Amino acid sequence: MSESSPLLAPPSTWEEFTEGLWKRNPVFVMVLGMCPTLAVTVSAVNSLSMGVATTFVLAASCFLVSALRKLIPKEVRIATYIVIIATFVTVTDYAIQAISLDLYEALGAYIQLIVANCLVLGRAEAHAARNPPLAATMNAIGMGLGFTLSLVMIGGVREILGAGAFFGFSLFGPNFQPWVVMVLPPGGFFVMAGWLLLFSIVRRRAQMRAQENERARAAAETSGACHGA
Amino acid sequence: MSASDNTPQVDAAAHATPTFTLLRALSVVSAICGLIIVGSYLLTLDRAKDNRRLASERAVIKVLPDAKSVKPWLALANGDVVPAGEGDPPTGAVRFYAAYDANGHLDGVAAEGAAKGYADTVRVMFGYRKACQCIVGFGVVSMRETPGIGDKIITDKDFLANFKALDVKLTEDLAGLANEVKVVKHGTKAQGWQIDAISGSTVTSRAVGKGINDAAQILLPRLVPKIDRLEKQ
Amino acid sequence: MTVEIRSAPHIKDDAGVVKIMRNVVWSLLPICGFYVWQYGVSALASLVVVTCACLAAEEFFLRLGRQSGDLGDWSATITGLLLALTLPPGFPLWMGAMAGFVAIGLGKAIFGGIGHNLFNPALVGRGFAQAAFPTAIATYTPSFLPDRFTDFIPSSLALPFMTPADTASWVAGLNIDGVSGATPLARWKFEGVIASNWDLLTSLSGHLPVGPSPLLILACGLYLAYRGYLDWRIPVAVLGSAALLAAALYPLNPQHFPDPGFVLFSGGLMLGAVYMATDMVTSPVTPLGMWLYGALIGALTVIIRYSGGLPEGVMYAILIGNAATPMIERITQPKAFGTEPTKETRA
Repeated sequence: MSESSPLLAPPSTWEEFTEGLWKRNPVFVMVLGMCPTLAVTVSAVNSLSMGVATTFVLAASCFLVSALRKLIPKEVRIATYIVIIATFVTVTDYAIQAISLDLYEALGAYIQLIVANCLVLGRAEAHAARNPPLAATMNAIGMGLGFTLSLVMIGGVREILGAGAFFGFSLFGPNFQPWVVMVLPPGGFFVMAGWLLLFSIVRRRAQMRAQENERARAAAETSGACHGA
Repeated sequence: MSASDNTPQVDAAAHATPTFTLLRALSVVSAICGLIIVGSYLLTLDRAKDNRRLASERAVIKVLPDAKSVKPWLALANGDVVPAGEGDPPTGAVRFYAAYDANGHLDGVAAEGAAKGYADTVRVMFGYRKACQCIVGFGVVSMRETPGIGDKIITDKDFLANFKALDVKLTEDLAGLANEVKVVKHGTKAQGWQIDAISGSTVTSRAVGKGINDAAQILLPRLVPKIDRLEKQ
Repeated sequence: MTVEIRSAPHIKDDAGVVKIMRNVVWSLLPICGFYVWQYGVSALASLVVVTCACLAAEEFFLRLGRQSGDLGDWSATITGLLLALTLPPGFPLWMGAMAGFVAIGLGKAIFGGIGHNLFNPALVGRGFAQAAFPTAIATYTPSFLPDRFTDFIPSSLALPFMTPADTASWVAGLNIDGVSGATPLARWKFEGVIASNWDLLTSLSGHLPVGPSPLLILACGLYLAYRGYLDWRIPVAVLGSAALLAAALYPLNPQHFPDPGFVLFSGGLMLGAVYMATDMVTSPVTPLGMWLYGALIGALTVIIRYSGGLPEGVMYAILIGNAATPMIERITQPKAFGTEPTKETRA
């Protein structure tokens, strides 16, 4: 993976935003935050809600961490970050209770557990603590959307096979035969593994193609140099 | 995290932060966070309460379909029956719901029971009517039973038929149920107080029976002598 | 003179993967034939569809992962046939195809192809089917129905992703006396009725809803063992430990615990012991390890059957045995000659 080195210009806001969508997708590339990824993705709606909740916590925490980064001494930074993250998790918890109790019960303890999602602390520590608020927030929103997208990709497959529906809309009619395993925990592992497999195949193909291009270009340059001499 | 994300290189000894700075940072952050939490709590409190009330009303109406309005009550440990107020109920109190029909007359009483199922606790809600001294409706509040096997308790017609008139008469002295609610093997129900289990989901069926029995054993002896008090509301 | 040093099994033959696998397939053919005779076109369609799904999955994953191996090594065929034999004859064909695909994909391809798998692929496929379609996989139909060569069992032909037709009412509509879809194991577990050992052993009398005859499986296994294509220790250990444990428990409560014969001849124990537990890739290679592994599987089968929620336990027992194989091999490694001069070299 190409990494922005300190010698190059700092990444643009757009690059900050898109980083989490594909290049460093939190679930399929960094494999962070597996607990909610496997636990709440029984349906697309649950996945989307969990993703949006996490995105909110991530974006708000990263904004505040970034805004206060000059004030926070490094000795107490982890304690401060956890307090900030816990604050926004609590806010999310209240908000979901006010929006829908059914959703609250479906997501269960996993809302509170966002506080322990290493994606959030990881981003606060690795990115927000040393970038200005705009860049930090954009990056966090991108990461959050990447997380949401991954969750919906897993939850969508599980809901389609496990309930014959997508976002609650029945796809196969009343005679659909549910795949019970898909709404049980092993189903989360199966679907997660399937997506990881797909992602790694795509990445490996891309890498091989890049290598071949590199080799072809090197060959062309050598031959060109020979001709020039 | 990739290797390039390591923390900025700072010489710790040269930059020892004074205690005051540490305290100031923590206080400022805590103050901000405190404000945010309290603010959002106040903003969402009413909505969250409404949601809880609606959810329990919906659950009650599912087991007593004729109900038009629902009121929470408490059956206290000393045998008294009082309307449920704000805050936590006193220890030993059992919460139940009185359901009233369109004319404001008492239709029935709904209460929750819980027992250990196959995967986790199965929480059930049941409706009770005074006239027949029986359970007339049944619903599941929450469960995590195996889909397709244990969760048949909400779809299996034969099983649900058990709760059309499940006998929960009290003994003469009103101390307990005359006959314990019992789950029996599929197809062997012979008495009004027995529940015919679903074959293949015996564990979950038993949890339902035990949840109802345990709750009824405590609630009904307190409630039945005072049930007319619910009517006056 | 060249001295060839090899680990067990020492087969003085030109046996390679392909030859062994081909012989296993041949030995399975009589069993499949009998199964088709029992259940007719549904069984035939199930065998064909599941095997084709396994072959298609093998081809797909070989191309995708550029792994070694090819369809000609017969291993996917064995997986398909064994998987089909462990499924009920009226198992919807589309579910059978899914199970076959998962068997190869999840059971074999992700570990790196033939020879690298940790678990028996056929049982991984069956395990998936058990977890995904618990109702369909428990739905058996009576064998030797009069119209079996012309009529499909209705559940076989369910459309993809759709719930299969109800076979219980279909069986009731056939109006044959004393016929039901409950397997002998289910009848023992849920109704306390124990079938006769001889009926179970031959699968011939009445309309018992069971898999292929244990007697036939035993005969085919004997042939394979005689030719040296499977190690006799594993089936003997599996069946022996299951029988011993059953015999020890039987006197305690004859009403609740069946006799050892019932334990041996019912369900899939015979097929599992002879054809699945002996899979060369997923079983130990040391003789002592084979005994331990077999004993573990036999004992687990009885324990799961007696105290589990489901009537059958062979599949989980073998999968657990597969998982224990690396550990069993580690503790039963023979010491290299000369490293322990005081002790006799262990087998």
